[in-house]
Formats: sequence, C-alpha cells, structure tokens
Amino acid sequence: MVEFFHHNLSYFLSGISVGGQYALIAIGYTMVYGILRLINFAHGDVFMCAGLMMVYLSASLPFVISVPLVLVLTVVLGFIIERVAYRPLRSAPRMSVMISAIGVSYLLQNAALYFTGGLAKVYPEIPFLSSSVTIWGATTRVVTIVTPFLTVILVVLLSLLIKHTKIGMAMRAVSRDFETSQLMGIKINRVISITFMIGSLLAAVASFLYFTNYASVTPSSGAMPGLKAFVAAVFGGIGSIPGAVIGAFIIGICENIIKGGASIFGIPGSGWTTFSDAFTFAFLIVVLVVKPTGLFGEKSVDKV
Amino acid sequence: MNREKRNHLIRLFVAIAAVYLAVIILEMTLRPTSILFTVLRKGAIYSLVAVSMNLLNGFTGLFSLGQAGFMLLGAYTYAIFTIPADVKASDRVYRYYDCIIGFDTGALAGLIAAGLVAALFAFLIGLPVLRLKSDYLAIATLGFAEIIRAIFQWDVLGPVTNGANLLREYKDLSRITLPFTDIPFPPTLFVFIVAGISILLIVLLINSSYGRAFKAIRDDETAAEAMGINLFRHKELAFVISSFFAGVSGALLAAFQYTVQAQQFESMMTYEILLIVVIGGIGSISGSCIASFLYIALSEWWLRGLDMGKFLGIAAPDLFRSGFRKLVFSVIIMIIVLFFSRGIMGDKELSYARFISWIKGFGKKKKKGAAA
Amino acid sequence: MKKGFLVFLVALMSSFMLFAGGAGEEDSTVVKIGVFEPASGDNGAGGKQETLGIQYANYLTPTVTIGDTEYTVELVMADNESSNDRAATAAATLVNADCSVVLGSYGSGVSIAGSDTFRIAGVPAIGITCTNPQVTEGNTHYFRICYLDPFQGTVLANYAYDTLGARKVYCLAKLGDDYSGGLVNYFIERFKSLGGEVVSETFPEGNSDFTSYIANAKNSGCEVFFSPVSTEAAQLIINQADSQGLGMPILAGDTWDSNVILQAAKGKNVDITVTTFYPEGADPEFDAAFKEWVNADSTRLANNGGDDTISAVTAMGYDAYYFALQALQNAGSKDPADVMEALWTTEIDGVTGHIALDDVNGDAIRNTVYVKHANTETGGWDALPAVVVD
Repeated sequence: MVEFFHHNLSYFLSGISVGGQYALIAIGYTMVYGILRLINFAHGDVFMCAGLMMVYLSASLPFVISVPLVLVLTVVLGFIIERVAYRPLRSAPRMSVMISAIGVSYLLQNAALYFTGGLAKVYPEIPFLSSSVTIWGATTRVVTIVTPFLTVILVVLLSLLIKHTKIGMAMRAVSRDFETSQLMGIKINRVISITFMIGSLLAAVASFLYFTNYASVTPSSGAMPGLKAFVAAVFGGIGSIPGAVIGAFIIGICENIIKGGASIFGIPGSGWTTFSDAFTFAFLIVVLVVKPTGLFGEKSVDKV
Repeated sequence: MNREKRNHLIRLFVAIAAVYLAVIILEMTLRPTSILFTVLRKGAIYSLVAVSMNLLNGFTGLFSLGQAGFMLLGAYTYAIFTIPADVKASDRVYRYYDCIIGFDTGALAGLIAAGLVAALFAFLIGLPVLRLKSDYLAIATLGFAEIIRAIFQWDVLGPVTNGANLLREYKDLSRITLPFTDIPFPPTLFVFIVAGISILLIVLLINSSYGRAFKAIRDDETAAEAMGINLFRHKELAFVISSFFAGVSGALLAAFQYTVQAQQFESMMTYEILLIVVIGGIGSISGSCIASFLYIALSEWWLRGLDMGKFLGIAAPDLFRSGFRKLVFSVIIMIIVLFFSRGIMGDKELSYARFISWIKGFGKKKKKGAAA
Repeated sequence: MKKGFLVFLVALMSSFMLFAGGAGEEDSTVVKIGVFEPASGDNGAGGKQETLGIQYANYLTPTVTIGDTEYTVELVMADNESSNDRAATAAATLVNADCSVVLGSYGSGVSIAGSDTFRIAGVPAIGITCTNPQVTEGNTHYFRICYLDPFQGTVLANYAYDTLGARKVYCLAKLGDDYSGGLVNYFIERFKSLGGEVVSETFPEGNSDFTSYIANAKNSGCEVFFSPVSTEAAQLIINQADSQGLGMPILAGDTWDSNVILQAAKGKNVDITVTTFYPEGADPEFDAAFKEWVNADSTRLANNGGDDTISAVTAMGYDAYYFALQALQNAGSKDPADVMEALWTTEIDGVTGHIALDDVNGDAIRNTVYVKHANTETGGWDALPAVVVD
C-alpha cells in the first residue's frame, strides 16, 4: 500500500493540488447558487481574467504590488458583473439571469481574445511558488504543496466569517429565505454584492495557484476549470461550502488517477486519458441519480 | 372565428411559399459561392435545433442542456451511414483504422437514422435523468453531452467513428442528388426543405393534445399531475422528440460543413443555441427561427468586416483586428439579454395581424413624437 | 423607447447588410490572394508567423504582371480560429471575396476541413506548412510546398533510434488533431519497424495539466518524449517537464520551431530537438531584411512572438507568396481555374530551397529536413546537421 502510494505519488500530488484550486473556484459557484439560485457561468472566466491581469500587471510592476492589485481588480470585476448583468434582472425569470451569465462568460472570453490577440500568454513565475522541490522522490513545484494548505486555511476563515459575523449571518438568512430576510430588514443587494466579491477573491487566489502550475493563460483557460469546479459544487451539494471543497478534492484526485491509469493499474491503452474529463461528468450523474441533492445538499420540498 | 383562422392559415401558407420561392430564385440567380447561402443554410439548421430546444425549454419547461450531444450523435450517424462503402474500405477517411461498417445509405435514410439514433440515446438517458429537477436536470444533460463527446473520440471505437479524427466524403451538400438521378439537389433548398418539414412536425405536435399536456407540465407540474397527465411519460416523449430533431439538425450541420469532428460539439455550442432561443423568445417558434437567422448573419457575415480591417467603409486595421467581431457581437448579445429579456417575440408567434398592429403602433408613436 | 431602440437596431443591421453585400466596387487591376490562416486558438501563434512571411513578401512585391497588365495584389485575410468547424465558413468568406488563389493553412486539420469549400468553388489552395498527407491526397485543387508527415515522421524516428539511441519512446498527441495524430502515427510505424517500443497517449482539448502525462512517461521507462503538438500545449509541457524533472530529451516536429518554444525553454532544464523547414541563417540576406521589417513595427513584432527570431513557417509563408505569384504569371490570367492548371508546373527557387510539385497530388518534392536544438542559455536555436533522404 505504502509502496503503491509512493510509486504513484506524483499523481496524488497533482490531484490534491488541482483539487485545491478547483475548490477555491467552486466556493464562488456554490455561494452564489446558495443565495441567488443562479449558476454563475461567468465565474470560470473571472478566474481566467484574474490570470490575464496578472500577466499584464506583473510585466511592469513588482509582485508586491501586482499580486494585491490583481486581488482588488478581480473583486471589482466580480462586483461590476453582478451590478451590471445580474441585478437588473433580479425580478426576471431565472432563465433570463442564467442567460445573462452565459452572455457575460461569452463577453469576457471574447474580450480576452481581442486583447490578447488570440495568443497564449505566459504566466509570470512567482518567486517562491514556482521553484521546484523534491518530496519523497517526486519532483514538483512548491505551489503544489502550498495549495491544499492554503485552501483549507481560506475555507476555515470563510466558515468563521459566515458563522460569526453579522454579514455571514445575513448571508445564511438570505440563502434560507430570500423574501423573509428582505422583510427583516437585511439589505439583500449588499449581501449579494459581498457574496460575489468573496467568490471573485477566492477565484483570484485560485488563479495564482493554478497558473503558477500551468503557466499559460488563454481566453478559454477558465472554461474547463470552471466547469470542473462547478461539477464539484454540485457533487458536494450545491449551496454547501464544505461539500464543494470535498467534491473538488475528490474530482481533482480522480482525474489525475485516470490520466495515469495506464501506468497505475498496468492496463495499457490511450483510452484512459480520453475519459479524464468525461469521468467527472459520469461521476456527477451517478451521484445525482442516487442522491439528487449531492453529498451535503439540503433536501428541498416542493410547495404546491 | 373560423374564417379568421382560415385566413390566418392561408396567409401563413403564402408566406412560407414565398420564402421557398425566394430561396429557389436566389439559388438560380446568385453565384453559388455567395456568403448569403452560408448564412441561409446555417441559419436554417440552427432554426431547427433552436426550435427543438424550445420544445423542451419553452413548451415543456424541461431545462435541458444536452443539445450539442444529440447533434453530435446525429452528425456522426449521418456521416458514417452515408460514406460510400468503397471509401470506407480505402484509407481515404479511415486512415488509422479498418472500418467495420460495410454498407452505405442515401441522404434521406441517413437523416432519418441520425434522428433515430439521437432519439434512442435520449430515451436511455432520459430514464434516469428526467427524474431530476430544473438545474440538476440541466447539469446532468450537459454532462451526458460531454460523455457522448468523449465516447465518440475513444480510439477503441475507431473502426466505427474514425477515433477523434475528421469524417468526410459523406453525402455533404455538394453530393446530394435529386432522387433517382445524378442531378445535384440545390443545396440551400435541400436544407430548407428538411428543416422546414421538421419544424412543421414540431408545430403540429405542439398544437396537438400532447402539446397541451406539455404546456400544462411547464406551467405547473403538480397541477398537471393532478389532472391525470403522466409526468414522466410526457417528459420522456418531449425529450425523445426534441432529440430526434436535434439529431436531424446535427446531420444537416455535418452535410453543410463537408467535414465533421466530435471536438466541435462542446458545451459552448449548446449555450449558443440557448442564447438563440432566448433572443427569439422562450416559447415562440417563429422567434427562434428569426433569431437564428439574425444570429448567424451577424456573426458570420455582417460583422466579418470587424475582423478584416474594414467595416462600414471605415478602414482601421489596428482597431478592427481579429477578434473584434466577436467582442462587438457579445456586447450586442448582452444588450439584448439585459434590455429585451423577453426576446424578439416573447412567447407570441409572428402573425400578419400582429405585424400590422406593430407597424400602426409605431406610426402613432412617431406622430406623437413629431407633435411634441 | 424600446421600440425606438429596436428600430435603431434594425437600421444598424440593414446598414451592415448594405456594406457587407456592397463590397462590389471591383477594381479590374487588383488580384486577390486569400490568406487562410489561424490568428487565434491553439495555432494562433504559428498562423500569425506564417502570415507575417506572406505580408513581408507582399510588402516587397506588391504587384504582379499577368499577361501584359500589372495587377496590385490584395491580401484577403480570414481567421480560421484553428478550429475545424470554423474553417468552412472562413474558407467561404475567402471564396466569396473572389480570391484567385488561397494560401494556407498552418495546421493540417483546418486545411482538410476547408478543402471542400475551395474544391466546390474551384479555387486552388496552396498549403504552406500543413504536413498531413490527407490535405492534398485525391484532389486536384490543394497543393503544398512543404514535405509530408510520413517523411518527417520517418526522419524523427530514425533520429530517436539512431542518434539519441532510444529504444522506448513516449508519444503524446492531441485528441482529434490531424497534425499531431498523423505525425505520431508515422513516427510509431517507423520506430516499431526499427525494433523500438512506444507508449502512446492523447490529451483532450482544453487540457492544461500535463503533469500526469509526464509522470506516465517517466514511470513507463521511456527514453525520449515525442510530442509534436501545438505551441500552446508545448509551452505547458516544457514548463511542467522542467518542474517535474522529466529527465529525457523532448523531440518534436515543425510546429515547435517557434520562438514561443525558445522563450518557454529559456533557463529551464529541458533538452528539446525539433525538425523543421528552414534554419535561420541559411539565407543571411533574407534574414537581415526580414528582421529589419519586423522590428520597424510594434504590431509585427507582437505577431512574431515579441522578438525577431525567424521561424521556419515565416520563410515558408514568404516562399508561398512568390510561388503563388509565379503561378499567376504562368497562368496568364487571374481566373482561379487557370491558376489551378498552372500550379502543377510552377517552380521557383525560394529561401527554403527549390520548390517544384509532383504530378500525383501536387506535393512539393523535398528531401531535406533541418534539425535544430534549443539552446536554453541563449534562448536561440543551435543548428544540427540537416538530414537528406534520397
């Protein structure tokens, strides 16, 4: 067992690391869904934009300035998207809001396409995170090791925020019952804006980690991680933060084990890698069919 | 009432006949390489798939995002069925695999097979998935589309699907002939006929008792069930029929493109179709059709100049460089989504009476404006 | 107000239509050459460099004498977005613009996908660096001025077996990509016939995590990593190969001959060898003049990947333009059908060597493959001995 684990350590390391990155993105999906019942399709693209901002800003600014600046700008981006594309449709049917989300995603991707000229941008090497380390015989980057810890720390902080602060309480109230909490005097719009800002902030952190590992940013870079993170959120029970995090780690690890399938299980064939993405979805469907609300999702009751 | 209905039908018939006549005339007069035909063909194909999606999302209230997957099934079935047997045996298409399919069919059989295969898969997928509600259904169907895409790229199935490689030399629009002859079928007309008949069938379905049951499910599931509508059976029916036509439109798309590959049927394609449905108006067949043509014309034709350095006669190569078209296009879409969230037609259909009153209403407004 | 806006939209659209349709002021002394290249997507970087070669040639020689008339050459660009399904509409745009001949594309898949549109319209196309045999096979309208993958794959396999002494090679291709899939296939065929062993895998579209593939290569005991994929994926592979400590030489085909690769490899612990069409330095005059032209304009510099390294595809694009001009002259008319006829017998001496086409598929008769090794210290290419096959 230990031998098996040791031999395939690099797959597990990649899996845990990418899982942590998915987790940070997934939180954005799950929080927004919890409150607005909206699948925010643009979230993966916000993540991509954070990556692009870093590419451009770090070209002229030192990391001490560019890193916080990217965090701030991404938060602003998240705020603007909510303000411009979702708030005017608050009373519209849910479908319209979702279409708006798809529209924003399309817009962000195309804007990125135009400004980058359609070329992949090389992500800067962030000093400490980019260096190589060797652990127990597997060579990898520092970021791979840092990611899971950072993810856990951020999630704990976020849980504290939600449990013990006033705004956290408001968030929980709004996600439980939108209208009643409005009647109780909670400023809904403020709560929603803050939710989006937190989601964007975490997406920006994820972008540092993710793009340090996979160092090029293209307009479609956000699509796959976004989709995977979203699946993780559903898998864990959409609306539940611990669910999203656990779901993300499971998906990240499984995905890498499948890619290494030929080597890990000793069954050759290139079919393994073909299914690394499809597996995520197959897994999701099985979970949905067996337990439609996901691992930690709340049971919803249809009212007549 | 009856007379009005008859008049309405006659007007509808005349309008449709006029459209087809226009297509025939255009096809005889313009040169075949004109970009107009690209727009018309692709517009008609997207109309069909948008209408089929509307049947689910707009009329039955099932939020499905699997359209691209069913188009893929249709496109592949059509291509695999209609590649001539001798081409399959040679290495012109199946270069790295030995094709195990020894027969070939004509275009019509290929189209029907395309629909049937998509419908069969829809039936199987529907069994577990249609029990899910709203967003969960959307995600599950989206997931299935992605799984289908992966399966078709799997190299073990290479002898059938040619792995992840291109399929070509099937009965594309340049190879379809009039029945029993070698005379080429006018390509644009072919697309219009197939799409037109399919859309007509969907309209008939919607106006039948099944269609009323679908709408009842959309408006209130619990009430519909209480009235004795078998929820699951009707949902499954709508899902299978919608997928059948998505399959047909996939086949048409393959014929239109000359080559087809699983890779292109990604979730972005479904989103695009969903956008068309919403822009046209959820629950409006004519809206979906109008929106498809506008969408395709804008993206493939009218805005092309934005990518090629010259637009509306203004030459600004630095601004109008590659990608600007898509940027402008997505801004236009956002404007429509935000300010016309009900779409072009809302849930109404295009009709002569509505058109006339719209023109009149506009005239009145103008006058009022002039007076002020 | 909404109605007014709607009317405004309709008016705007009809004006688009007028202008889009009304591009009809035909100038009789203009001959149009279509540039069917990707400017975005996976192969955007390579497509832009190839286009630069064409633009540079057009800048040097903006006119052509056909018969007795001097024509101005107009380049019509259409971005095929490196995507097989966009290729058909991009091709239709070129055909609609009345191009006499089309150049491109970088990337074999898009060339195959656009091929039928050109065939039906009767417009000849000249492939510049699309190396998959299927581009020209069995048709009379697609020509090509570069060598083919069976040839390149054989040379690469020989190189891996004989020069690098490898007996087990890891091959990585992109799923559904005709170029990398084809080249890997020919490589494997040859390498196995030499007595070697291969492990072959593919990665799906949108994948950016190559760590598991690199781990697979290491764990399966391979000695060479062969991955002739797009430059976009190559950047990621190089980066991750460095951080994962790949520890074996990387071998690739013509796509990797790009400054994108050099920039990614600079200062990294990687060993990269590529085969290509043209080594910088083979024609110093061309090199110097081109560099000057590129450096004179920031857009050109950006399109060339930010520095003035000359990619082989640029030289090929340059040659393709002159090849097309020669064909136009030989045809004595700008009618696509005449040009198609004339192309079979067209010959030129280009910077990448003598170009003549065979009479089977209209493929270039070439027997030289240049080999380059990435110098990770200087960030340039070191030329290795070229391979000539008779």
